Amino acid sequence: MFVELNNLLNTAPDRAEQGKLTLLCDAKTDGSFLVHHFLSFYLKGVSLTMARERGQLVFLEGLKSAVDVVFQAQKEPHPLQFLREANAGNLKPLFEFVREALKPVDSGEARWTYPVLLVDDLSVLLSLGMGAVAVLDFIHYCRATVCWELKGNMVVLVHDSGDAEDEENDILLNGLSHQSHLILRAEGLATGFCRDVHGQLRILWRRPSQPAVHRDQSFTYQYKIQDKSVSFFAKGMSPAVL
Amino acid sequence: MTPSEGARAGTGRELEMLDSLLALGGLVLLRDSVEWEGRSLLKALVKKSALCGEQVHILGCEVSEEEFREGFDSDINNRLVYHDFFRDPLNWSKTEEAFPGGPLGALRAMCKRTDPVPVTIALDSLSWLLLRLPCTTLCQVLHAVSHQDSCPGDSSSVGKVSVLGLLHEELHGPGPVGALSSLAQTEVTLGGTMGQASAHILCRRPRQRPTDQTQWFSILPDFSLDLQEGPSVESQPYSDPHIPPVSKNAKARTRKCSLVSGHGRENKSCRGWGWGQGF
Repeated sequence: MFVELNNLLNTAPDRAEQGKLTLLCDAKTDGSFLVHHFLSFYLKGVSLTMARERGQLVFLEGLKSAVDVVFQAQKEPHPLQFLREANAGNLKPLFEFVREALKPVDSGEARWTYPVLLVDDLSVLLSLGMGAVAVLDFIHYCRATVCWELKGNMVVLVHDSGDAEDEENDILLNGLSHQSHLILRAEGLATGFCRDVHGQLRILWRRPSQPAVHRDQSFTYQYKIQDKSVSFFAKGMSPAVL
Repeated sequence: MTPSEGARAGTGRELEMLDSLLALGGLVLLRDSVEWEGRSLLKALVKKSALCGEQVHILGCEVSEEEFREGFDSDINNRLVYHDFFRDPLNWSKTEEAFPGGPLGALRAMCKRTDPVPVTIALDSLSWLLLRLPCTTLCQVLHAVSHQDSCPGDSSSVGKVSVLGLLHEELHGPGPVGALSSLAQTEVTLGGTMGQASAHILCRRPRQRPTDQTQWFSILPDFSLDLQEGPSVESQPYSDPHIPPVSKNAKARTRKCSLVSGHGRENKSCRGWGWGQGF
């Protein structure tokens, strides 16, 4: 979790808003640091291994599951069974896996607080042959369950390939943008690689609860990824050049 | 104060803008973008219609009913008839609780009304429908719904119908957008600069030349409008040469579209979401 990013977003683990969809997007750069930020944000103070053992973290490993569904006989519906079907129309089995994973487990321990669904990344589903609208439908149902019904949060990552011919990715990206409350877009610098500035981050808040909230709509910062943190600064204000 | 009198209270200019959007009836197209959302204006129009005593139906596909109703007082909320297609729009739960036939079935049912009370139908969103239904089918139903008060030879006096359709411009190609535009009596294209929102309003009155105007505005927490003068020329933002303008990219990457049957091939998008105005 990057404290500076929390400050920019005016949020903290103990006062995060609920029922929100956050869209992460990367273009000409690697936005995985944003995924890591939100993963540690929502699991603050808990190791991933321990969280998994306790059932607090449910992890669908897409690559491994894809191998299972393709090379092993399946008796029950599989979340990724669209890989076996010639004309898979929707991602309903994947949604049902998500809904099942969110059901509270009666283990005698204290129930968890609101759930979080983190998807890394949706562009893979397009690459595997699903249509953009099918992916949007999957996210719609997840949003209805996670954000509306369970008052939880969602974080999804989509890559922007920059390919003008990739219409499906455009529809997915723009469709999700309209559904999102917060958009974080990491972009590589137009001028190419720089040792001290690794990219720029655009932040756009959408769908405030009140239309005239006095909150600036969008910001752009540049950033540098370090060993265990990310530093953010105004454009052209890198410490290396000051 | 009657509802109609209450609706006409407030600044004259505010009423002029909202009235101009609702006066013609028929299809009112609200074209928004990622950067300039249109749901707030849609809700402002819904509130105005409700206060005028109209029957107001909401086809809610994109956001929950709670989220849509948020910000309306109980007087307004009690006047809204909400059709919830957010929870289970594709009937994955196999219960069809919302409405048999889904959103299209609900729209078709509204074509059969005989009520003399004026009605406003808000589609949240038209984009959601256009991504999942054939463009020709949707256009036919929209035409039937929005023109049912002007059917020739019809002896029954069906009240004025206004259909407010929220359309996310980046999601659709010029073909479907052009088809919807040709059906619309009024088009509102949302934009803005330096944090100020604007609405470019195009009205097509029968037997008159289309008129257009640009209005700067903001929407207050109670979904009334605050009309503004707009930014001065001196305060226009410096255009960052490293950030390509949205319109330039969108034009460069938009491909020709044709109305081909089938959902996916019609919905070719424009790459217009890069928030390309310089910061």
